Amino acid sequence: MTEPNVRQILEGIWAIESAKIIATLTRLVRTIDLAEDFAQDALTAALKSWPETGVPSNPAAWLTKTAKNRAIDYLRREKQRKNKYEQLGWELNQQSLLIWDEIDEPIQDDLLRLLFMTCHPVLTKEARVALTLRLLAGLSTEEIARAFLTSQSTVAQRIVRAKRKLATDQVPFELPDKETLIDRLASVLEVIYLMFNEGYSASAGITLTRPVLCHEALRLGRILAELIPDRSEIHGLVGLMEIQTSRLKARINTAGEAILLKDQNRARWDYLHIRRGLTAINRAEQLKQPYGSYLIQALIAACHAKARIVEETDWIKISALYAALIQVEPSPVIELNRAVALSMAFGPEAGLVVVDALNQEPSLKNYYLLPSVHADLLLKVGRHEEAADKFNQAAMLTDNEQERALLLKRSHECKINEANFERS
Amino acid sequence: MKFMMVVKATKDSEEGKMPSQELIDAMARYNEELVRAGVLLAAEGLHPTSNAIQISYPEPNKKPIVTDGPFTEAKELIAGFTLIEVKSKEEAIEWAMRMPDPHGYGQGQIELRQVFEASELTDDETALAKEKQLRETIASKPKA
Repeated sequence: MTEPNVRQILEGIWAIESAKIIATLTRLVRTIDLAEDFAQDALTAALKSWPETGVPSNPAAWLTKTAKNRAIDYLRREKQRKNKYEQLGWELNQQSLLIWDEIDEPIQDDLLRLLFMTCHPVLTKEARVALTLRLLAGLSTEEIARAFLTSQSTVAQRIVRAKRKLATDQVPFELPDKETLIDRLASVLEVIYLMFNEGYSASAGITLTRPVLCHEALRLGRILAELIPDRSEIHGLVGLMEIQTSRLKARINTAGEAILLKDQNRARWDYLHIRRGLTAINRAEQLKQPYGSYLIQALIAACHAKARIVEETDWIKISALYAALIQVEPSPVIELNRAVALSMAFGPEAGLVVVDALNQEPSLKNYYLLPSVHADLLLKVGRHEEAADKFNQAAMLTDNEQERALLLKRSHECKINEANFERS
Repeated sequence: MKFMMVVKATKDSEEGKMPSQELIDAMARYNEELVRAGVLLAAEGLHPTSNAIQISYPEPNKKPIVTDGPFTEAKELIAGFTLIEVKSKEEAIEWAMRMPDPHGYGQGQIELRQVFEASELTDDETALAKEKQLRETIASKPKA
């Protein structure tokens, strides 16, 4: 780098500092809208003056100070304006005095307050994710739009509405109290995991993975784990995301299709992420708190991660973990996963018992994986004709063309097997 | 994007001299900052090359030559590395700029290298199949 380009230097600093600056400013001016404006002002000021004056020795501090000065100017003007109209409240006076005291406090808590604000339950899930990506991960509207395969105007609108909602509902910039902490934290974790999953299993569009989202979710998770180190669920979620991230290189083939866990080339897993995942799980378990859903899912992921080849998978442990997961998060889909694990651990009959019960479950009526799993198990116990029917049924229920073709093919194979069996 | 900040060896690091307490503290603070920003993946320091070996292949397809350390030319050696996961090259540069001068005394040098991403790696099916087979063979051996 012979000539340091101010724009590039600022881009690097912004990636590291923007969330902290916006958080600090939000504490001063109380609305994220203004905070973001002042942060942007500082950025513009830097772009203008740095090429002439040179990059300051502590550029991050320069940006923060400039943004803070803008905010303080604004507050002064507001105060004057209110004085003029004799609307000055004792309140504002007190507030501005406090502000001067507060200005150089550590910013870590501000970051956390901002995260709790952007993940506030008054917002829709989509709004929470977009706002968090924008303010905490520092992504531009364009980057968010690209990640969600939607238009910039949609994202921009979503963010504007979210900010307005926070303002009209007067959502305070503060840490939740003891009583609400668990629920509020659950909302934050949900946003992070939604973000991660959106990137990992790309619910729409042609690419199966959008690494930006995975990366930002993981980064936020890691930051949160440092901010609140004593909640096992946070470490559980980080562990889960680290282990899932370890499979990013192995889960898609050259044609861009998903490869099932059992068929993945385990040499392509990223063992650094696996190790980090196992460390996070360990941290969670050492806290000796009741096991939450993320921690249990992380433990299941860890069972797979520890198996060097698919045959080494500890299915007995996995079935037990699924049983535990159902206790904390009852769901027929998880029960179906447990059926698969049971069949791997104890044979297809053990899985069939669970699947038979699930066939009565109304919420799974249109869920193609149920007949698909059922067919697999029937096939394993030699009930070819029934298996053929179930594969057929699954094919009718799936929206995915590739999947349908595969299921119909398997149904056909079952019928041939059945015919051969009868002839012999 | 993953980047590796490679810390080059110096005369002191090669002689096994511990860095000053001041530098150790500065490094600890820096690593702490990386952790809190959620970007640190790994950070390791290496022993001097006095207990290292070098394996070189002067002739292709021939037996390698093994040389015992220590090796000369400290500037060509590495003393440690820090692996980070960041959004952009610009961010990686900013982090590298914030790393304390690793050895001080005028010899500190940091090299910033980008790690290959999944999409940049080979997808040679035969190579992958071989890798898989090798893995299965290793796994099927009885454990000690």
